Amino acid sequence: MSTTDTRSTDDATRPAKAASQAPRQGRAKKLPTRDRLVVIAMVAIPTFLVVALVWLPAVGSVLLSFTKWNGFGGLDTIEWVGFQNYQDVVTIYPPFWPAIRHNLIWLLFLFIFPTLLGMLLAVILDRDMKGGRLYQTAFYMPVVLSLALIGFIWQLFYSRDQGLINQVFHSEVDWYGDPNINLWAVLIATSWRHTGYIMLLYLAGLKGVDGTLREAAAVDGASEVRTFFHVIFPVMRPINLIVLVIVVIESLRAFDLVWVINKGRNGLEIIAALVSQNVIGEATRYGFGSALAVIMMLISSVFITIYLRIVFREERQR
Amino acid sequence: MSRPRSTGALGGTSVPRSTIATMSATRRSVLRGMALSGLAVGGSGLLAACGDDGGGASSGSGATVKFGINEAQGSGPAYDRLKAIADAYTAKTDTKVSLNAVDHNTFQESINTYLQGTPDDVFTWFAGFRMSQFAESGLITDVSDQWPIDGLGDSFKQAATASDGKQYFVPISYYPWAVFYRKSVFEKNGWAAPESKDDFMSLMDDMQGKGITPFAFGDKDGWPAMGTFDILNMRLNGFDFHMGLMAGEEKWDGDEVKLVFETWKSLLPYHQEDPLGRTWQEAATSMGNGDCGMYLLGTFVVDALDESGDDLDFFTFPQLDDSIPADSLDAPIDGFCVAAAGKNQDAAKEMIKWLGSAAAADAGNEAAEAPFIAANSGASTSTYSDLQKKSAEVVGAAANIAQFMDRDTNADFASTVMIPSIQEFLKSPDDIDKITASIQEQANSILG
Amino acid sequence: MSSHDAVLVPTVPPETVDRLKPPKRIEGGVMSRPRGVVITVIVALLALAWVFPLAWALVNSFRDYGYTQTNGYLSSGGWTLDNYRQAWAQGDFGLHFKNSMLITIPAVLLTLWLASMVAFVLARFSYRFNLTLLGVFLAANLLPPQALLIPVFRMFREIPLPMFMSDSGSMLNSFWSLILVNTAFQLGFCTFVLSNYMKTLPHEIYESAELDGASVWRQYWQLTMPLVRPALAALATLQFTWVYNEFFWATVLLQQGDKFPMTSALNNLRGQFFTDNNLVAAGSVIVALPVLVVFFALQKQFVSGLTLGSTKG
Repeated sequence: MSTTDTRSTDDATRPAKAASQAPRQGRAKKLPTRDRLVVIAMVAIPTFLVVALVWLPAVGSVLLSFTKWNGFGGLDTIEWVGFQNYQDVVTIYPPFWPAIRHNLIWLLFLFIFPTLLGMLLAVILDRDMKGGRLYQTAFYMPVVLSLALIGFIWQLFYSRDQGLINQVFHSEVDWYGDPNINLWAVLIATSWRHTGYIMLLYLAGLKGVDGTLREAAAVDGASEVRTFFHVIFPVMRPINLIVLVIVVIESLRAFDLVWVINKGRNGLEIIAALVSQNVIGEATRYGFGSALAVIMMLISSVFITIYLRIVFREERQR
Repeated sequence: MSRPRSTGALGGTSVPRSTIATMSATRRSVLRGMALSGLAVGGSGLLAACGDDGGGASSGSGATVKFGINEAQGSGPAYDRLKAIADAYTAKTDTKVSLNAVDHNTFQESINTYLQGTPDDVFTWFAGFRMSQFAESGLITDVSDQWPIDGLGDSFKQAATASDGKQYFVPISYYPWAVFYRKSVFEKNGWAAPESKDDFMSLMDDMQGKGITPFAFGDKDGWPAMGTFDILNMRLNGFDFHMGLMAGEEKWDGDEVKLVFETWKSLLPYHQEDPLGRTWQEAATSMGNGDCGMYLLGTFVVDALDESGDDLDFFTFPQLDDSIPADSLDAPIDGFCVAAAGKNQDAAKEMIKWLGSAAAADAGNEAAEAPFIAANSGASTSTYSDLQKKSAEVVGAAANIAQFMDRDTNADFASTVMIPSIQEFLKSPDDIDKITASIQEQANSILG
Repeated sequence: MSSHDAVLVPTVPPETVDRLKPPKRIEGGVMSRPRGVVITVIVALLALAWVFPLAWALVNSFRDYGYTQTNGYLSSGGWTLDNYRQAWAQGDFGLHFKNSMLITIPAVLLTLWLASMVAFVLARFSYRFNLTLLGVFLAANLLPPQALLIPVFRMFREIPLPMFMSDSGSMLNSFWSLILVNTAFQLGFCTFVLSNYMKTLPHEIYESAELDGASVWRQYWQLTMPLVRPALAALATLQFTWVYNEFFWATVLLQQGDKFPMTSALNNLRGQFFTDNNLVAAGSVIVALPVLVVFFALQKQFVSGLTLGSTKG
């Protein structure tokens, strides 16, 4: 990552050359020295922050993943163990494979259920419906709540012995505890927040669609569905992108909720929770935890790459 | 979601000297052998030790000691006691004590970052393997120059001793793990505390016959079921084996441990179903409202019941193997350490010595609605509830005292292997061979 | 298309004929009446379902725990304000609210300022490194924070700060660490949205500014920034809720109970009052209030800001 950084800075120092290769927006003229320095500073300061607090630590985690270290004592107490941690993770660490599966389910579920529902609600509420504002507010109220809070709120429903659901239906289902059910219970709680988020974003996108487009489509005799898919949806492309980012970010942040419920055990294993179990709290398996962290980063980077490709394609088309 | 306060404590027994001698071969055994137990009965926060930050008498009046406590403000008697102790120290020595009150779980879970970061001078902690680990890593200060402390006997001194033979800890209180029940429920049904395995089994059968689940059970937080494992292992394989197992000297995939799980499996029908979704507080509530007859837990069970505990009584887990007397139990000890990274070492040592005194315990107990069971033999017992008096007796009479599993063994192993493994067992009690094999594999990797 | 029509076209018989022809009444998405009613009812029910969990927590925050323990949560009665009184006093929320503001406001401002500078460069100039730079920021935004904990923690521990900035003498256990970490993690998203937004500004304004001899800084600060105010407001709202709700870093980087922000303080409350759900419900409502207020107050700006930022471009 540091090479990237260097290169950017280098490029910034010779903007004229760079600009000449891509003259679409940048002026082909050479910037005055002072301006050039300003541009460098404008990019370098934030970049430094991101590199120092995100990318260097990421590299650090990769290095640590090849070691055994309990975090006590100085760096000289770190013991190099090669790929041992990775081998242990995939062979003798029982929660690992379930966690991988749960993470995938989590992502897919978010993409399929709350994202689609959110989009649908946005399309419906975009009309001049009576009380539409009120409904919108209802749907996105959960969005501003912290996930820890959401875990607690749903506990009031899910608790086996005192929860509302079991009290109403006289059932004895262990919603948060039954490993066959709790992932879905948690996903529903997550969806409660996520749907409103997505709806809000699409609503924003739809509001931005030029009304005349719609009218033109209507005049053309296009059905509503056609209008949506052929006229409106394409116009909302940037919103679709943002939604994509948010779904990915939120799935990775899922940690808070699971952590609050049962620290990511017993049916709720997800990679982020496994990392945390090993490095925060009482356990200090820094090497082993870092190996899990690196696996997590690799998985994320699949999505990050997909996402960046879409963004970049979008950018190039501009 | 809260972690029981008990988690942290190690038990030492007051009696187990012989144990100490036997176990002293390894550093872990030293810890284990320490016997003390603390009882935290009344207050919710019992476990916590109280600390004070006080001051530096050595630095003269007006000094300030920073005191990190694992009870947040307003958390009930546990906080009140610690606060009162800190205030009493200030009043006595004119040393200012600046309290840093952190929620119990948060404090415990961030202990590593805390000690390596910018810790307070004195902080609340527990006796046991973990304390010894801190000592080995140089994170806590040798306070052996403050020992002996009046009123704290050899067993407590042992509990305060790390692998290098020096003391790093000062105890304040302890509490036992036992089988709790409602007196009124037992009386109504004509039940009595079982004396033998047969009594025990017929008691449970009778409860079931009357539609009462014998044992309340909750393991959502992962640690409470460790208490069940501990007691079964001590009853079936004996205290020495238990301690050896915790120390990594015995095999987890051997017949002994399998016997524990097999026995546990046979007892599961007498426990509440689906323990993994239930917190210990909820389980306690089930016992409190009569749905369940008994509950194996620390005395902090009272905290979840929102009552004085006058209707509660307990018995120690009965004998299961004729050759192994039922004279061992978990009884964790709470107390204080001085952080090596603390800025005011002399004042901290001065204060920690006082924290072990009867005066400190009394100051805490007088100020709070619910007292703890003081480690110091000179402390007043006048505020104790019946439950606490009995607890003190039981712990005093025990031949061997263990700390709780997560205090008796490597913390990495306890939290990343044993919690999920026991939960896995509770999910699939038929997979004992697979589970024990997996535990041993991971133990090899972590401890090896 | 027929299957779609079946869903969306009114089922009233007279109109079945119309199914073959394009419906004529559709204008700007106004719905035909019968279908509208059905959809309205469904949406209304869904909205009720959505409000219910929060309402349930709110209701129970006003109830006595002993009462609900005895009578179950389905009962009615045991009304009390005590949970709030107790939660406020024991949670020390006044102090924690101040902490939250001391972390959140600087973090949001810093994020927006830094992000707007990068976004400006990305939007204004077409350097070869533009995409790479955006990638570096965006990918950083997506990395899981747990994966970076150990190195970040050790690093902060080693960075000394003068005592007047941090009474711990290092970055650790100071608000500075949280402000910087939150900023670093949020920069990617803000940069992305802002640069998209800035690209929608007509390029001619820069040409004329250049003719006037405006420096790059002036073009950024005096020309661009005022024009992107709606986007900044929208992001500020979003970021405020995100940073305010952030709890992982706050928990691991702060070690003093009196420095915790609201969310961690809530966790403190959960830990202590484990038996009293109703009390925690009250604490939760207290913690939720600031973000709810901000969100509803800036709701309009929020929606319009995002709209502008994302649909022209």
